[in-house]
Amino acid sequence: MAETRKLSLNILRYNPQLEGDKPRMQAFEVDESENMTLFMVLNLIREQQDPSLQFDFVCRAGICGSCAMLIDGRPGLACRTLTKDLGTEITLAPLPAFELIADLSVNTGKWMRAMSERMEAWIHGDETERDIRQMEAPMNPDEAEEIYELERCIECGCCVAACGTAQMREDFVGAVALNKLARFRLDPRDKRSDQEFYELIGTDDGVFGCMSLLACNDFCPKELPLQTQIAFLRRKMLKAGLSRK
Amino acid sequence: MKIIYTDVLVIGGGLAGLRAAIGVKRRGHDATILSLVPPKRSHSAAAQGGMQASLGNSIKGQGDNEDVHFGDTVRGSDWGADQEVVRMFVNTAPKAIRELANWGVPWNRVRRGDHDVIINGKKVTLTEQDNAHGLITARDFGGTKKWRTCYVSDGTGHSMLYSVSDQAIAQQIPVHERMEAMRIIHDGSRCCGVVARNLITGELVTYLAKATCIATGGFGRIYRSTTNAVINEGIGAAIALETGIASLGNMEAIQFHPTAIFPAGILVTEGCRGDGGLLLDADLHRFMPDYEPEKMELASRDVVSRRMEEHIAKGKAVTNRFGRHLWLDIRLLGRAHIEKNLREVNEICHYFLGIDPAEDLIPVRPAQHYSMGGVRTDYRGESPTLQGLFSCGEAACWDMHGFNRLGGNSVAETVVAGMIVGEFMADFCDSGDSEISVSTAQAKEFWERERAQIEALLDGDGDESSVAILAEMQNVMTDKVGIFRNGENLQLAVDELQALMLRSRNIGVATKARGANPELVAAYRVKRMLKLAICTAYGALQRTESRGAHFREDHTQRNDQEWLNRTLATWEDDNALLPTLNYEPLDVMRMELPPGDRGYGGADHIDHPDTQRRQAEVDGIRDKVTEADRFALQDALMPYEELLPVALRGRNERLGENK
Repeated sequence: MAETRKLSLNILRYNPQLEGDKPRMQAFEVDESENMTLFMVLNLIREQQDPSLQFDFVCRAGICGSCAMLIDGRPGLACRTLTKDLGTEITLAPLPAFELIADLSVNTGKWMRAMSERMEAWIHGDETERDIRQMEAPMNPDEAEEIYELERCIECGCCVAACGTAQMREDFVGAVALNKLARFRLDPRDKRSDQEFYELIGTDDGVFGCMSLLACNDFCPKELPLQTQIAFLRRKMLKAGLSRK
Repeated sequence: MKIIYTDVLVIGGGLAGLRAAIGVKRRGHDATILSLVPPKRSHSAAAQGGMQASLGNSIKGQGDNEDVHFGDTVRGSDWGADQEVVRMFVNTAPKAIRELANWGVPWNRVRRGDHDVIINGKKVTLTEQDNAHGLITARDFGGTKKWRTCYVSDGTGHSMLYSVSDQAIAQQIPVHERMEAMRIIHDGSRCCGVVARNLITGELVTYLAKATCIATGGFGRIYRSTTNAVINEGIGAAIALETGIASLGNMEAIQFHPTAIFPAGILVTEGCRGDGGLLLDADLHRFMPDYEPEKMELASRDVVSRRMEEHIAKGKAVTNRFGRHLWLDIRLLGRAHIEKNLREVNEICHYFLGIDPAEDLIPVRPAQHYSMGGVRTDYRGESPTLQGLFSCGEAACWDMHGFNRLGGNSVAETVVAGMIVGEFMADFCDSGDSEISVSTAQAKEFWERERAQIEALLDGDGDESSVAILAEMQNVMTDKVGIFRNGENLQLAVDELQALMLRSRNIGVATKARGANPELVAAYRVKRMLKLAICTAYGALQRTESRGAHFREDHTQRNDQEWLNRTLATWEDDNALLPTLNYEPLDVMRMELPPGDRGYGGADHIDHPDTQRRQAEVDGIRDKVTEADRFALQDALMPYEELLPVALRGRNERLGENK
């Protein structure tokens, strides 16, 4: 590595729990090291400069979805963002669209639980009670792999934070929910019909609210095929809507 | 003081806790889960490679059954496991995997016909049977006689966690997120709940419950170099220890995973080697066959990690600016395989190392990975000394892993123990024993004590830094209580940890916020982590033998004569600097598989005086029960079925085996 870069971090600070606290940007300086990630940067700042700085990391390996934040204005996972891919001026802010806990920490968990309840995002049908002493029901190997492709979502919230509709419409379900329903719709173990899925997402807060700006697709850290899934689901839901009595 | 009442309080929202809560709820009792993070962010999600269950569907799994899984697990444990618990486990694992299939986990499936795999560095064509097509398939993992590890690409834990968490939502089980259990409420013999701290508001909330279940995972963060998530600080185990009544079992039994990427310590799955990946040294020489001609890269994790460090010590490591490492080579598996079956590994290599594992070698070195020890429970998952306190998953020492856990047996334990302990907690709630008589005044005493401790930290003028103490503790553990241990270093470790504990009484907290306050959290946690670290180091110092992952350079033999037992640590006096250690003997005369050679690892052992006698008994029974019924034979050797909850009894259906 050539000369060590000095990184200037601008971090949005605000703790709504603290009386009188107001949102502000705070500057920090950190010496860059080899293979440095934002996980390392933020922990260094907290350990050496400001112990009150709040952020969320769990796995620090890009698996759990805890650390999504706005990195230079774009949603992404901080743990696997290498500083060498960024300039020397780095701006960090919490994800919009979620309840702020403090600084870079947002309550995605609460949002995702509410979404799962509203979408009934679990397998529906008798198969859930199949006798577990018996052989499992066979499944087409390709089908299992296709389901996993959509199941790779880590509920990080990047798609919601990036979504134009979600910024305007608080109740918009977001790409995360639409992808989940696409996943359950694909799953032969889920016995719900398109009419039942339509009841969940056949509205402007659901699949018809999407304006096809598709930042969800661009910013998904897991590169889920959100564009295709939303388009596909919209077509199916349109058909289901038109065939309603 | 806010009091929340529930039938069963589960601490920890990972796979074990979620599954236990679902079990309780399905039996008609209320369950409430406390979790540091949203449940789907739990460390269970990081389990990549798979879950062991003896389905025997794929051609390389043919002939597998509970007996083979049992033998592998007991050998893996270096005979430290409770064999009855292992039996309960192996009989329930196929049920667990089938339940998960019912709940939506997209297990990879057997594909009929020919497919190419890499075995021992060479391409081999396997032909899968027609009648297995579409059933759950399995890959090879270390220390197993059959290909038994069922998987979903390399996101197995993620898929399992999402399906189980979704079921918990479907069952309307409340999860109180960002809630940290701080203190167990008890009357000296009966656990009645906890005092918990809301990590957003700082509020202390009292939870009273008939049964309390600790399912908080492992404590890898007491080490500097660990694959564990940052939340794996072992606070659940620590507060159990702080009761002075519940004990922690086998804390010195710490697993080091062979393939953590270097230097970040992020795990790449054992599936890399299971699928045919090789370990290479600085000369690009494949060294494992030199040490372990039989199992090579797929010996148990303790053995592979030791051999790697041994090889590094011989000067065969690659050196880069961060230190020394070896190589993991998965190039031979091909890009298509890597992008489909090892995609998390692929992502991790790209994002954290900037390399393409289909073209480049992966720098790896062993790192702390798993704690076999934890809250000591009986086979039902309840503390033998503190009634109403249950534990399951990695947090517990239920004891199916003994001194070394096999890869793929951890996520399997989470759901299996969740199922079993969930049933037993429901039984407990159904019984008269579950009524609690704690008064709100008594609960308030515990609440006040916790509040006082936090206020003391916030108002105190201590000048020690929790960041510095944490880092020093982690260094001591990694440097002196690691893969190779000896009396001298362990004594040093205990001394240094005790000095840190004294210093930790004088920690200062600059941030005075009563609510969310990461500095405060670090301060109170490091004190608890130090207790776990001392239990680990002191247990390791006292155990003058080598067993499984616990390896003493100054006592290299496994010594069944003196050490075929389980270490139990209790911490009665909060001002003490050491735990009290007691030892619970393992009864050779009741073992289905008496102690012997593992078949890998090389080290010899000193027999227990009963081993020969028991072996003769076992051989006699095997001769007598001549009919082909393996169930009759097993029952004659070590009956266990009565130990299982009624709902989980029964044989597992299998291809080619009668019901």
